[in-house]
Amino acid sequence: MGHTEHNGLLRFTTAGSVDDGKSTLIGRLLYDSKSIFEDQLEAVESASNQKGIDGTDLSLLTDGLKAEREQGITIDVAYRYFATPKRKFIIADTPGHIQYTRNMVTGASTADLAIILIDARHGLLEQTHRHSFIASLLGLQHVVVCVNKMDLVEYSEDRFNEIVAAYKEFSSRLDITDIKFIPISALYGDNVVESSENTPWYGGGTLLHHLETVHVGADRNLQDCRFPIQYVIRPQTDAHRDFRGYAGRVASGVFKVGDEVVAMPSGQTSKIKEIFVGDAQVEKAFPPLSVAMTLENDIDLSRGDMLARPNNQPSKRKLLDAKICWLSETPLNLGTKYILRHTSSESQSRIAKIHHEIDINTLHRVEGVSEISVNAIARIQIKTASEVLVDDYRRNKTTGSFLLIDPSTHQTVAAGVIDDLNTQA
Amino acid sequence: MSDASYNLDHLTELEAESIYVLREVAAQFDRPAILFSGGKDSIVVTHLAAKAFAPGRIPMPLVHIDTGHNFPETLEFRDNLVERLGARLIVGSVQATIDSGKVQEETGANASRNRLQTTTLIDTIEEHQFDACIGGARRDEEKARAKERFFSHRDDFSQWDPKNQRPELWNLFNGKHAPGEHFRVFPLNNWTELDVWNYILRENIALPSLYYAHDRVCIRRAGQILAHSEHLNLRADETPEMMHVRFRTLGDLTITGAFESDADTLEKIIDEVAATRITERGGRMDDKRSDSAMEDRKKEGYF
Repeated sequence: MGHTEHNGLLRFTTAGSVDDGKSTLIGRLLYDSKSIFEDQLEAVESASNQKGIDGTDLSLLTDGLKAEREQGITIDVAYRYFATPKRKFIIADTPGHIQYTRNMVTGASTADLAIILIDARHGLLEQTHRHSFIASLLGLQHVVVCVNKMDLVEYSEDRFNEIVAAYKEFSSRLDITDIKFIPISALYGDNVVESSENTPWYGGGTLLHHLETVHVGADRNLQDCRFPIQYVIRPQTDAHRDFRGYAGRVASGVFKVGDEVVAMPSGQTSKIKEIFVGDAQVEKAFPPLSVAMTLENDIDLSRGDMLARPNNQPSKRKLLDAKICWLSETPLNLGTKYILRHTSSESQSRIAKIHHEIDINTLHRVEGVSEISVNAIARIQIKTASEVLVDDYRRNKTTGSFLLIDPSTHQTVAAGVIDDLNTQA
Repeated sequence: MSDASYNLDHLTELEAESIYVLREVAAQFDRPAILFSGGKDSIVVTHLAAKAFAPGRIPMPLVHIDTGHNFPETLEFRDNLVERLGARLIVGSVQATIDSGKVQEETGANASRNRLQTTTLIDTIEEHQFDACIGGARRDEEKARAKERFFSHRDDFSQWDPKNQRPELWNLFNGKHAPGEHFRVFPLNNWTELDVWNYILRENIALPSLYYAHDRVCIRRAGQILAHSEHLNLRADETPEMMHVRFRTLGDLTITGAFESDADTLEKIIDEVAATRITERGGRMDDKRSDSAMEDRKKEGYF
């Protein structure tokens, strides 16, 4: 029963405030999929009793840190794990209140899918808009809208359909291709793991069934070959005197032994001689594998450089337009120089222009802003000291994303997605 | 293009992620080290490091904090592994820390050197000026670890501030730091206990014999089975007896609970782990001291 090694991995993010029942939903998924251990359940049961709650408060399963248990809030992204015989799941559980934007962006950056919770009594709220917008901004192709607390609206089909229609209308402005709607009660478990007898009008599968079967493999880019060099392996031992292995994780595309490749930014070309995973030689490498490649001839190639194909290369840019999420308590300063970290490369940079801020509740542009503060999302232009090798984020999450780092505090101050490659360098 | 041959099983995906993290450490830090406890998680980290830098050697030393209460099997295993990999080993001794008067040995029936390790660990980090220490901890182990980063920043006093961690987005890790600060790095963050065991089986990784069911003289205490040894202070009502046991985690002799088992192969262990309904650390006396025992120790600079 424990041999689950042939299944894939699904990373998803959940967002919502305490009142949405997000923690209860996660607790329910863990509990009903039997991913909760007895000692964890005992701890939660005794905590529930202490708080004077009848029965077991499943939301207590996901409260991590002391400060959170005391204040009843979630202050940071927490990662949860569960597995069914069909799949392994990683949940990035993001809080709804404090620092919600920064945490949602963080959770969404590594996710394939987002679960958005809507309280059936309240319908779409501002936070529904911002969660959906952030999912779209971070390029999530799959969204599951869980209309929760159906027990409090008598499992009304009309109410469910109203919310579905409202969400479809709203999301037509977003860039999400696959949206699924499920009526649930996290508290009672309706349509979470087991199909509910209370919603005979609902013909779709349960949430867990959808998570187990949703196909995310096609989201990977297998066309554009991009291999950022992370580290150069030079053993300098007697057995491997001249070995030079270019180590890294394939960002996109399929690299095969014998393929012609171009080293960027030098522009020198070579052919792939060998591809290694550990000591074992393989014929091809594709995302998200970590490999080491050797080339037919010695060329200039080190950390921060990239291998691509001669007829399919990233753009070399010194001027980038991007949407950023500001992560630091210290606001963006137009005069400050930041380190731009992009794949394995770093470049000095400064913000050349703030195009506009985006109100993430209304999705409206706010023009004429001169300062960007924590949790704000803005579209900006960045000038870099050296050429950066980029693709549009919608086509390539690895070569289309970056961080800004404050060189004096070493803090990560912003995360960005490159969204316009028409700007001339 | 959606050729099925490009689908990866989740262990391959986790392995690729961990190798990426390990190479990132080698590239971003001047003096990294692997914290090696001799337990299965640090053995898996070492195995992944060997794969990450093959055919070269692991470009960082293994650091073992020896409490003096280790299982002899663990030490023998450690020395064999280091020799086979051609790796460098650095040992920090809790006994030396006690002898120097920096810490006091705990007394009483439940005395353990678990907490004392933190001082020795921090001293070792400072002595060798390590700027990144790689550990085998996983987010699924304990609730305070669920929010841990891959690159976890520690201040000049090796302290962890859970409210002031750097945001970690995509696979872009920011290891920049001032002199004296360092990072703890956790390549196995996204692995579960079952993933680790399935990977050990798939890669045929050797483990200390303690993980497999064997005959051992033990005592029962507070619902737990502890190995009988010279380091364990026996109470009047405790009688050592021979049992058929194995260990699920390997900490100190004095605190690591054994349990009765017939699982003497990896396949049997995996079946047993999958069917078990008690968490791995449920057998660790050190975590039972309070509800936030792990969080408090992590803030001080524990593993």
